[in-house]
Amino acid sequence: MAALSGTATEIAQFAKDLDRAADEVFSTMVGVRCLPAELETASERETISAVIGLAGAISGSLVLHGGRRAAMRIAERLTGEAPESLDATVRDAIGEVCNMVAGAWKGFNSMLASACLLSTPTVVAGTSYELFSQRAPVRIERTYSFEEFTLTVTIFCELPC
Amino acid sequence: MSGTRVLIVDDSSVMRKIVERALRQAGLDLNRVLEAGSGREGLAVLEREQVDLIVSDINMPNMDGLEFLRQVQSRSLARGVPVVMITTESGEEHVREALAAGAQGYIRKPFTPDQVRDRVLPLLVPA
Repeated sequence: MAALSGTATEIAQFAKDLDRAADEVFSTMVGVRCLPAELETASERETISAVIGLAGAISGSLVLHGGRRAAMRIAERLTGEAPESLDATVRDAIGEVCNMVAGAWKGFNSMLASACLLSTPTVVAGTSYELFSQRAPVRIERTYSFEEFTLTVTIFCELPC
Repeated sequence: MSGTRVLIVDDSSVMRKIVERALRQAGLDLNRVLEAGSGREGLAVLEREQVDLIVSDINMPNMDGLEFLRQVQSRSLARGVPVVMITTESGEEHVREALAAGAQGYIRKPFTPDQVRDRVLPLLVPA
């Protein structure tokens, strides 16, 4: 099996696979299309981020980030019940969506499908926080829209030498 | 299939709810739905309850789905009860590992109700 090389072509394919993964997860589980958007993710005071660790053939993390309203809408569509705040159900829902996007993304790449392990999700919610990845030479950031909402998925990663 | 008792093992309560809904949409008449948030909790449920179907995630804290499955086999819990793994892991090695541990079915997340029906219902047909 060929190794990952981190070429521009490979990184571009990672981004395409991420677009496909996000849409597949939303279309199948959330019941709406989720397509690349030119807009930036709407700025809201209260936001939520889910982080899935990637290890093995690639190391880093996949982060799904969105505003309060988008997160609550995703949870509502997944569970059939409208939440009133960024409660435990919303955090759980966003963690699961992030997990499924990460799983679908790596599944599209034969070099990652079995050779990249996923952590369980970590979810951060609140105001005025930033997430940093200290050692991530590769950063792929994509903004998506569903209904009238936007969210961002970012892959921070390091490929084996 | 009427009156199916199912154990759903997943650390996500949202996913447990989604799996239950998918099983109902697949045509199962669930007369009892038992839930567990980890493999360890799943074993505790099986020590005291009879079920007809087990659906389990793989990636979970406090005993993952594969270890749960191995423990179910080694303790002779839920003898003859079909186990279906539902997970984000899609690699062939993961599928092989789950089947080797005793799973009868494997469904990758994200999934459709049709996929759940196709993988689960054949396992519940009486012999």
